[in-house]
Amino acid sequence: MKYPGSIRPLLFALASLAICLAPLPAQEQIDITHPGGSKRIPISLEGYTGEVLNVLTFDLEIQGFEVTGADKAQYFVSGSNNSDVTGRLADRVSKSTLLSVRYTGGTLRSEAHTLSDAIVEKITGRNGIARSKIAFKVETGQNSEIYVADYDGHNAKQVTQDHTITRDPAWVPARRVLYYTSYKAGNPDIYVHDLQSGTRRAFARYPGLNAGAAPSPDGRRVALVLSKGGSPDIYVCDADGSNLKPLTRTREAESSPCWSPDGRTICFSSRHEGKSALFVVSAEGGSMRRLSTGGALNCTEPDWSPDGKQIVFTRLAGDFEICVVPAGGGAMTPLVAGEDPAWAPNSRTVIFTRRVKGKRVVSLLDVPTKQIKDIQQTSGSCSQPCWAK
Amino acid sequence: MKYSKVLNLSVVVLALSLGAVGCQPKPKSPTPILGRTGNPRGIGDTFGKETPVTQLPPDQNPTAGPGGEIPLQGRYNPDEMTPDHNRFAANTVYFDFDRATIKPSETGKIDEVVRYLQGSPTHAVQIEGHCDERGTEQYNLSLGERRALAVREYLVRAGVQAERAFTISYGESRPAVPGHNEAAWSKNRRGVFVLLTPK
Repeated sequence: MKYPGSIRPLLFALASLAICLAPLPAQEQIDITHPGGSKRIPISLEGYTGEVLNVLTFDLEIQGFEVTGADKAQYFVSGSNNSDVTGRLADRVSKSTLLSVRYTGGTLRSEAHTLSDAIVEKITGRNGIARSKIAFKVETGQNSEIYVADYDGHNAKQVTQDHTITRDPAWVPARRVLYYTSYKAGNPDIYVHDLQSGTRRAFARYPGLNAGAAPSPDGRRVALVLSKGGSPDIYVCDADGSNLKPLTRTREAESSPCWSPDGRTICFSSRHEGKSALFVVSAEGGSMRRLSTGGALNCTEPDWSPDGKQIVFTRLAGDFEICVVPAGGGAMTPLVAGEDPAWAPNSRTVIFTRRVKGKRVVSLLDVPTKQIKDIQQTSGSCSQPCWAK
Repeated sequence: MKYSKVLNLSVVVLALSLGAVGCQPKPKSPTPILGRTGNPRGIGDTFGKETPVTQLPPDQNPTAGPGGEIPLQGRYNPDEMTPDHNRFAANTVYFDFDRATIKPSETGKIDEVVRYLQGSPTHAVQIEGHCDERGTEQYNLSLGERRALAVREYLVRAGVQAERAFTISYGESRPAVPGHNEAAWSKNRRGVFVLLTPK
């Protein structure tokens, strides 16, 4: 069902309101499998070699394009990568030049990413994600450390050197700051780490579990999982650690809080009704309400899309599977095998973990076209990816 | 700090029996963080101090006890206690898949730990909660903590002071047995006792 653009926000607001009032069926029909089209856009690349060709191909193919020969292409990109990356974008139909650029001053990789972002934006109107950053966990033996990298896994840099379990990385939106959990002080505690200064401080070190820190979209608050009350519950506090308050008080285990983009609602996983399922609660407190996931069982690890429309999560149905559901609840769509999904800033690409022969690898998924690409893996088992937004 | 001596196990602490848990007074200002003073290695100023928690209606208040949750008190401080991983190696408690309830077959092993702690009033115990690999990572971390807490609740109800039982969850990251089958998984869903001796 299509609505005129002008009333879509209103409908979405109504749908959001409905979440707070009653477990209504989905109020807005969102065509999850085809936002922007599930058909890949054929595009050709001419004049590029080696690393630049690889980067452009990876970037475009994970954002809904198919790199083909010029005979099949709807768009043509031609240029060079001699010392600098240049590019000219043309369209088969109009034959006109849509873009003509030359980048200087960066590495070939960064210039190629910049070009692919420009191409994506020109053709689709969406912001490209090729210059965005991710964080993830790398396991070596019994320990794990936090890394940050380009979104394709290149230029990975180790953030922690705790030589213990370090996990649950989460970026503060629009800042080069990470929250994560480390066992360095003998207990799972939450730290906040400024990547620019390289300094960190303990953020939450209550008795028991301190984990799953999720900064709010405006960065002013943090949702987290604490067990100090005698059971793992969802709490929220200010970014300085003050004003801590519980949002859940169940005997069963809660995990994986995430925020709606308006900062009003927190979605999380709970075993409150026996099996793990998704719930929502107001960030100000109140009763928790089950989010309908169309009969999917054993749902965990929700992540709310930045455009507010969808929640991606993991379900266990024999194996782990990535699924999406409208943010108001409703019919869920299974996507691919995998777990721990997180949205890119474009609300289209998802980063997730796959288990391959007992090891974990981090992969990217273009949701509409279901294209999957593994990122460049850091040595070890990589998991818990998250996106800088 | 009002509670700074709680960790000192020579101090006689209030024994929490099951009955006492049920009629515990309303939550006081929450327990401050105990243990380490000063900055941990390589870490800047710490915070995480707590402002009073918004009171929930009584029917949701875990200290009122329908769910049986017993708030944690104090943190295990590795600088003050020496861990012994072997003393209770035979007392590991096993759980069913995706469950955090103590099975009748496991209670005898916990009763032994209770008797030991009652006979050694200066000792404490850390309960490690572990999971098999068939849950997602954050889910397993919470489930592992829930398992450790279930064991702790059993200890406290059996008369062990709440301040002498710490919990830590390792989720699925420290399996006892490698392997991707039920034989391995059933050994990995566990609660492990670590005996703590004051230094």
